[in-house]
Amino acid sequence: MRQGKIDAPLPVNAPGHVAEARRSQTILEMRGISKTFPGVKALDNVNLVVTAGEIHALVGENGAGKSTLMKVLSGVHESGSYDGEIQLDGKAVTFSGIADSEALGIIIIHQELALVPLLSIAENLFIGNERARFGIIDWRETYRLTESLLAKIGLDEAPVTSVDSLGVGKRQLVEIAKALSKNVRLLILDEPTAALSESDSEVLLDLLLELKSQGVTSIIISHKLNEIRRVADTITVIRDGSTVSTLDARNNAIPEKRIIRDMVGRDMTQRYPERARRAGDMLLEVSDWNVWHPDHKTRQVIRSIELHVRAGEVVGIAGLMGAGRTELAMSLFGHSYGQNISGTVTFRGQPLDTSNVALAIKGGLAYVTEDRKELGLILDESIHRNITLANLGDVSSSGVINQAEEARIAEHYRGAMNIRTPSVAQRVVNLSGGNQQKVVLSKWLFTGPEVLILDEPTRGIDVGAKFEIYGIINELSAEGKGVIMISSEMPELLGMSDRIYVMNEGRFVGELASSEASQEKIMSLIVADSSAST
Amino acid sequence: MSEQRSAALEDTNGVSRYLLSHMRDYGLLFALIAIMVFFQVVTDGTLLKPVNITNLFLQNSYIIIMALGMLIVIVGGHIDLSVGSVMGFIGALSAVMIVNADIPVGVTIPVCLLVGGLIGAAQGYWVAYWKIPSFIVTLAGMLVFRGLSLWLLEGQSVGPFPKSFQLLSTGFVPDIVGVNRPNVTALIAGALAALCIVYLGLRKRRRNNAYGIVDEPPAMFIARNTIVAGALLFVSYKLSTFRGLPNVLVTMGVLTIVYAFVTEHTTIGRRIYALGGNEKAAKLSGIPTERLTFLTFVNMGVLAALAGLIFAARLNTATPKAGFAVELDVIAAVFIGGASMSGGVGMIVGAVVGAFIMGVMNNGMSIMGIGIDYQQVIKGLVLLAAVVFDVYNKQRQR
Repeated sequence: MRQGKIDAPLPVNAPGHVAEARRSQTILEMRGISKTFPGVKALDNVNLVVTAGEIHALVGENGAGKSTLMKVLSGVHESGSYDGEIQLDGKAVTFSGIADSEALGIIIIHQELALVPLLSIAENLFIGNERARFGIIDWRETYRLTESLLAKIGLDEAPVTSVDSLGVGKRQLVEIAKALSKNVRLLILDEPTAALSESDSEVLLDLLLELKSQGVTSIIISHKLNEIRRVADTITVIRDGSTVSTLDARNNAIPEKRIIRDMVGRDMTQRYPERARRAGDMLLEVSDWNVWHPDHKTRQVIRSIELHVRAGEVVGIAGLMGAGRTELAMSLFGHSYGQNISGTVTFRGQPLDTSNVALAIKGGLAYVTEDRKELGLILDESIHRNITLANLGDVSSSGVINQAEEARIAEHYRGAMNIRTPSVAQRVVNLSGGNQQKVVLSKWLFTGPEVLILDEPTRGIDVGAKFEIYGIINELSAEGKGVIMISSEMPELLGMSDRIYVMNEGRFVGELASSEASQEKIMSLIVADSSAST
Repeated sequence: MSEQRSAALEDTNGVSRYLLSHMRDYGLLFALIAIMVFFQVVTDGTLLKPVNITNLFLQNSYIIIMALGMLIVIVGGHIDLSVGSVMGFIGALSAVMIVNADIPVGVTIPVCLLVGGLIGAAQGYWVAYWKIPSFIVTLAGMLVFRGLSLWLLEGQSVGPFPKSFQLLSTGFVPDIVGVNRPNVTALIAGALAALCIVYLGLRKRRRNNAYGIVDEPPAMFIARNTIVAGALLFVSYKLSTFRGLPNVLVTMGVLTIVYAFVTEHTTIGRRIYALGGNEKAAKLSGIPTERLTFLTFVNMGVLAALAGLIFAARLNTATPKAGFAVELDVIAAVFIGGASMSGGVGMIVGAVVGAFIMGVMNNGMSIMGIGIDYQQVIKGLVLLAAVVFDVYNKQRQR
């Protein structure tokens, strides 16, 4: 068995740790918050203390628990569905829904903005909160208030402007105006600058500082450390559902390295099956791959990607959400994502046409999608009908399906992949996540691919099934296939890959051999690139 | 002794459990039987008289033929509201060609089917490649072809057709023995059909057992096949005492067998179900989803054309009102037969049984002298009941 690197977690009393908040000025205290979802403990005794009037940053990698914590705070997860206590201004509060938290001035702005594009700014600002009497809207009042709110945040647009004509940056500002209209005291922003350009991000951050001077407290979730260091007063780092540290970040007191170490440093207790490192013939080479967004012609999503995979290699692609990894995979696999796609793909030295999915499959590629329910399976169909779907040719002659052969193939994969089911006629929707994933893998293995792209292959799967899937991946590598593995779980990437590409904002910002890779190195590469673009 | 009893108990448990989880499929069969029994009683035995059974087939042939195509369109995740108008248009076209322009029947029929296919292609093009909702495209088609029928016929009824054309609908398969009472062909056909059903059922059962796929408890298998085989023999006997097998029945039978085979045993059928079940997943599995959608509409067009020819041949005239509102009967038949609005679910046999249920209700109510107005009300309620039952069942299973 091989273990990954062991990073010692930092002791709690290290310099920079805020020993206690000044209670008289604490606006929010979340104490001992624990929340479990079936099969996974999302939050484990998390503590968060926010001082009134400060900008408090919540930092952590994908899946650390930041969003879940904020959902607890905003009432999306109602009181009773979690353990622990929330205190606002020193008094315990319970929420049975968002309306309760909003009534107390806690407003959350999600990463996917909650605006209705076809309505105007004014209409959006007061959705659910209309200026109306007996159900009839007072438009004069609505527009008056809209104008004053827009002035407050410095957005120079007419209230009647339809939201879909605004760019993302301005839409963010509209969301903030919406929060102001609800008399916000504690503003929560989830990755506010993730989709913004540098100049829009500047505007937003300046607005946050302005709001701070007006007495609004903000909690900002972000992975852009340079931005956080610019505006945050306090940084709380969360990792694997627990609070790791709370740091006084004023005056740039905390070095970035320290934050990164808190974010990713962890004991690597998960074991990965032993694998002999091997790299045979060159299989797939992708060169100068560029892709633009399918709906926004001018937004480039993938920039000049170069990648290659050899027979027997497992190549990982690391990156944060939004980096473009799935978009890269889907654009390669039959141009299933994006427009204006350019670049070259060669297979064993010969140019390979992957302009549609059937050609990609014929050329030896397979793509196990990130979302198995939405994109990988026909849920109402049986296991055997799902397994043969991408290669009906091999179970039919002259267009007529040989159902006996189909059943035999399904039985073969049931045994080989250890799919737990009473029969292969069982509908896939009734299987557990791990078994569903095995059905998807069977489907793709049945097409006889040479290169498999696996997108989050173990997401939402229990530990036992995960291990089985790692075993399957290793077998594939032993058979000489090339595997590209996209994963947000860094330990998994480090444990399984021979090489890791690090992706950020559509570009590869680094390539690490697994022997020299570590979670901190990966995170540093990402952060360095994020800062460079600002 | 007690072992036998507990084994018997286990058996009934298995039966009732199986019944419950396959409620939908058995429900359809029970419903058809129940409705037939009901009307047989209420009409004092008129329903199942040989002449009436023959009429049942003749009156509903065009609906069943279109239901075959509509099922495939609906399984693929779309809908076609234009079939009634296309049916009327092609009927009008055939009349104008044969009666007015003296074009031979042998040329007209293929040309009309081709035109039906082209109409389907035109609609399918917008739905498949431009992603325009099928509801809108075929609604437009419905209006357009209703108008074109009117224009083609210059507002009048056109007929009569030559005998060779009428045979499409009103002809009977001649008796091979020549005796004619009873019509031996019909008897033989019925016996063969019953044997086939039982044989195929046994074969499927054997294959399922080999792969550990849970199948019907033996009691259910025997019961169901007895009922179906019995019904086939019964019907063929009744037909044999009248005029034998109607041509349309043969047409319907052959088409049903072909379409049932295609949907259940061919790659193209499988792909259409996948397309309807989850279009994105189907696309990412290499299935040419746009081309398939296009083809389902072409197919629907051809079948609607055939239905139009049969209908015109039966009335011996083409009228501007032919096919008016027929699409609703066809669509209702498909949904009563178990198809799902979201696509990916539904069987050919179900659609045909659904069409028969509607047909028997129509026929029975007409015999009873119930006015068209009440007939509409009852048909609507039956459709609603069928779909509510469906949804309720699905929710119970989750």
